Amino acid sequence: MSRSARALAVGAGVAFGVALIVYYIVSYLMVTPPGVAATGSKPRVHLTLQTVASFGNPPHRDWVSYLARDPNGKWVHSTILRVPAYSTVSVTIYQFDTATGLRNPFWGQPRGTTGGTINVDGKTLNVLDPDLASHTFAIPDLGVSVPLKGVADDAKNQCSVAPCTLAEAHTTVTFSFETGKPGKFRWQCFVPCAAGFPLGFGGPMQSVGWMDGYLMVQ
Amino acid sequence: MTTIAGERIPRHGIRILTIWLVLTAIAVPLIVLVLGPHLPPPRMSAESGDQRNANILMTALMVPIALFVVVFFVYSFVFFRQSGEAILDGPPIKGNAGAQLLWIVLTSAIVIALAAWGSYTLIASSHGAGGGQGPDPIAKPAGYQHALPVQVIGQQWEWTFRYPTYGGIETRDLAIPDHMLVAFHVTSIDVTHSFWAYELGVKADAVPGVDNIAYVNPRHTGLFQIRCAELCGLWHGHMSKKGRVLAFPAFQAWIAAAQKKNATIVKYLPKYNRVYFPAPLRRAG
Repeated sequence: MSRSARALAVGAGVAFGVALIVYYIVSYLMVTPPGVAATGSKPRVHLTLQTVASFGNPPHRDWVSYLARDPNGKWVHSTILRVPAYSTVSVTIYQFDTATGLRNPFWGQPRGTTGGTINVDGKTLNVLDPDLASHTFAIPDLGVSVPLKGVADDAKNQCSVAPCTLAEAHTTVTFSFETGKPGKFRWQCFVPCAAGFPLGFGGPMQSVGWMDGYLMVQ
Repeated sequence: MTTIAGERIPRHGIRILTIWLVLTAIAVPLIVLVLGPHLPPPRMSAESGDQRNANILMTALMVPIALFVVVFFVYSFVFFRQSGEAILDGPPIKGNAGAQLLWIVLTSAIVIALAAWGSYTLIASSHGAGGGQGPDPIAKPAGYQHALPVQVIGQQWEWTFRYPTYGGIETRDLAIPDHMLVAFHVTSIDVTHSFWAYELGVKADAVPGVDNIAYVNPRHTGLFQIRCAELCGLWHGHMSKKGRVLAFPAFQAWIAAAQKKNATIVKYLPKYNRVYFPAPLRRAG
């Protein structure tokens, strides 16, 4: 092989490698969910979320998921939530999934919320029977953990495609918590709720944008 | 200086040995006295103290061996370097029974001594050295029947802790009393995790369906890091927090506050058990 041919082959190999790296980075950035900002302004802002039993859309129609409502009132398939630092965040979660119970009943007690309580369908609770829970909303590094009551198994008009509407069977959970200094905090569901995966721990339980996300305190 | 075929040859062996001895005499005390107190882990418990002693001993033994290799290499590089045209091979080496015997005896002695010392530390001195010993430990410390049991429960992705002798409460925080033998009962309710309390020198796998027991004797108060040392999923890297060793009165106050804080959930917790197989798993595939 001539010298120029060898140089060409090496150059092509390097170019191919670089292209693969760029493709990987672009692909990664493309699948990162968009951030959803809380509504309102400091010192009190509001987040509205919903949990659905099955997303009902590509790429994973049967995956359980969270969605967030953006300041324009549009539901966004994202778990990247943006809130201001040193403020009170009031949260409303519309819960459309049925109860599966908590794997660890310990998470049945709300923690890190204002007053240590949550409001479920208009009723203030300092503990939720773990068997009635469907999911949890937890930000471990902020000490926040909230059990979400499930819809009855035999409820009529259950939602199967996101975003769900308030005309469909749901429970409403509200609570608030305080943010401190800026930071990036993971949040997650503590219920192994990934149907179809071994012990319920795969798929959406391991994916940001579904049952895991980040709270961006800015 | 020896003479071969009328040519005066320096005693290379003596030179190398002398250089090595001098460097070793300087390096080993430095390792033990200067570097030793900074080797991991900190001496927060009897077990972590023994682990640091092991690290100091291993480093102090390793240094003379490493120095010998380096000295021989550098000496050869300087004095046996051949410049100009290549010379013919020397006569074949036929072996030296004395050197071979010395090598075998010396390396065997080091390995056997380390094994004996390690076994003594593991079983008799620090009773498992802070490692998980499974459900039936063979290295039980004196008074293990009266150790404070603390159950460590791994789950994706958080540690919780149960205190069976304090009403079976479960907490997100870990505190243990100073100068009291503690028996960690490490388990998991989902995948395999590993409970690593760095400053305490405790590391025990958290395996579903297994009660993995690790003993620890805290020796002073303070904070210690808790991490998961087994890749366990998406937020494995976030599965960390700080634990506390408290003076006994402070521990009593802490546990009373924890009982109050977690009172409402106690009635829903399963009865304290060595392992848990939680239900329901209606979604499991």
